[in-house]
Amino acid sequence: MFEVEDLNVHFGGIHALKGISLRVDEGEIVTLVGANGAGKTTTLRTASGLKKPTSGRITLDGKDITKLSAQDRVKRGLCQVPEGRRVFPAMSVSENLDLGAYLRRDRAGVAADLTNVFERFPVLGERRRQLAGTLSGGEQQMLAMGRALMSRPKVLLLDEPSMGLAPLLVQEIFSIIADINAEGTTVLLVEQNANMALQVAHRAYVMETGTMVMSGTAAELSQTDDIKKAYLGG
Amino acid sequence: MKKGLVSFLVKAVPLLAAWAIVLVLINAGIVTDYYLATMATICINIVLAVSLNLITGFTGQFSLGHAGFMAIGAYTCAMVTMAEPSVLGFVGGLLGGGVLAALVGLLVGLPTLRLRGDYLAIATLGMAEIIRIILLNQDATNGAAGLSGIPAFLDWNWMFFLTVATVWIIANFLHSSQGRACISVREDEIAAESIGVHTVRSKVLAFMIGAFFAGIAGGMYASYFYFIKPDLFGFLKSVDILVIVVLGGLGSLSGSIIAAILLALISTALQPFPELRMIIYSLALVVIMIFRPQGLMGSREVSLGVLNRFRRREPAVATASAAPAIRRDDDEEVV
Repeated sequence: MFEVEDLNVHFGGIHALKGISLRVDEGEIVTLVGANGAGKTTTLRTASGLKKPTSGRITLDGKDITKLSAQDRVKRGLCQVPEGRRVFPAMSVSENLDLGAYLRRDRAGVAADLTNVFERFPVLGERRRQLAGTLSGGEQQMLAMGRALMSRPKVLLLDEPSMGLAPLLVQEIFSIIADINAEGTTVLLVEQNANMALQVAHRAYVMETGTMVMSGTAAELSQTDDIKKAYLGG
Repeated sequence: MKKGLVSFLVKAVPLLAAWAIVLVLINAGIVTDYYLATMATICINIVLAVSLNLITGFTGQFSLGHAGFMAIGAYTCAMVTMAEPSVLGFVGGLLGGGVLAALVGLLVGLPTLRLRGDYLAIATLGMAEIIRIILLNQDATNGAAGLSGIPAFLDWNWMFFLTVATVWIIANFLHSSQGRACISVREDEIAAESIGVHTVRSKVLAFMIGAFFAGIAGGMYASYFYFIKPDLFGFLKSVDILVIVVLGGLGSLSGSIIAAILLALISTALQPFPELRMIIYSLALVVIMIFRPQGLMGSREVSLGVLNRFRRREPAVATASAAPAIRRDDDEEVV
C-alpha cells in the first residue's frame, strides 16, 4: 500500500539516508526502530513530503507520489503526526481539530469524524475550548493524533508518539494506536521505545546510520539477540 | 439563524448610531474640520494597522514595508482622481491602488515568503525604499515636490464605511478556514504543512490582502489631505504602523483599533506642547510596553461574550484574588 524504494536524502553534505527501502501493507502497523540519528525521522519527513529526497521513489496505492507536495499527499490519505506533537498552542482544541480537516470539503463527514475523535479521546471533548498550549504532554499527543485523524488518512505516520510521556501514558497512547489500526488505518510508526513499538507492530525495520540493517515480523525481531542487546535492554 | 441576526444587530446598531451622531454633529458645526482631520487620521491608521496585523500579528510574517503599499495606493488614487475628478474616478483610483499594491505584494512575497525567518522584513524594507525612490524620480509623480490639489472625496461617510468594511472583511477572512490556516502558519509552520496547509500560499494570500488594504488606506490619505509627497511614505511611516499593531497586540484586531484611536488622541492632545510632544509620546509607549509587553489586548478581542463570561465568573475571581493576598501574608512572615 505504501512503499519507499532506494531513498537517498542529503542534508547539505551529509548523506542522511543511504538508499533505504520499506513497505507497509494495508492494515498493518509497521515500526521503524533505531538509535538517535539513525534517520528514522528523516525517513518519515521525506515520506510525508516535508523533506525532498535526492533520489528514490515513494508510492501510495501503487501511484508515484515522490514529486507531490505535502498538501497533495495529505489529500491522498497520507498524514503525519510530527515529532514533538506540534499542536497549535494559541488555538483551542476544537480549532486544532478543525484545521486537521482543512483540505476536506465534505462537512457531514468532517462532523462525523469530529464525533469519532471525541469518542476516542474523551479528554479532548472535555477540553474542546481550552487552548492547546495549556494541555499536558499526553493530551497534546492525543490532540496531535486526533488532528491527523481529522484528515481521514489511509496511512498514518507517527513520529515518536511516546516522546517525553510518563510510562502509563505511553501504554495508553500505544493501545490507542492499536485501536486506530484495528479500525482500518494503516500505521507507520517511528519509535525509540523499541520495546513498546515491537509489542503493537506487525512488522519492523531496524535502522542504523541511514541504512536498513534488519527487517522482519515484530515477534521475530524481538527474539533476535542483537536487537535485544541494542534496543530492548538485555 | 436568529442568534446570528442578534449578534449582527448588536454590532451594527452602535456602529450606525456612532456614524449618525458624528454626521449630525458635523452638520451642526460642532465637529470642526480640525476634529474631522483627527478622525480621518484615526480611520486611515485603523485600516493600516488592521491590515498589517493580518500579516504580522496573525500570519506571523514580519513586514517593514507597509508604507510602500500605502504609497502605491496614495499615488494611484491621486493620479486617477486628478485625471477623472468624479466619485467614479475616486472609487476606481482607490480600488486600482489597492489592486496594484496587492500585485506588488505578490511580486515581493512569492520569492521571499518561501523562506522562513526574517527575510521578509529585509525584503519589504527594501521594497518600500525602492517604491519611494521611484516616486521621487518620476516626472508623472512630480518628484520630491509631490502631488497637490488632489480632488477631495473622502468625507465622513466614506472614511467611516471604508474603515468598517476593512475591519469586517479582515475579521471574516480570519474566521474562514483559509484565515485559520494563516494563523496555523504563525503557530507552527511544520505542523501546518503536515496537515496539508499550503503554507507559502497562505502567507502570500495574507500578504496580498494586507497590501491591498494598505493601498486603500493610501488612497484615503491622498483623497483627504489632498497633498502627498514621497517623504510621507518613508521607513518611519512603516514603523509608525508597526507601533500601532504591537501596542494594540499582535493578533488582536480590536487591539489595533484601540491603539490607533489612543495614539491619535495622545498625539492630538499634545499638540499645544510641541517641545514635549515626542518625549511624552515615546514615554507613553515605553510605559505601556513595560506594563503590557503583549500589547494592550494581547491576542484577545473585545466581544460581548467576554462580558458574559466575566459576569458569570465574578465569584471565582473574588476567591482567586483572595488567595494571593494570603500567600503574600505568608511571605511577610517568612521575611
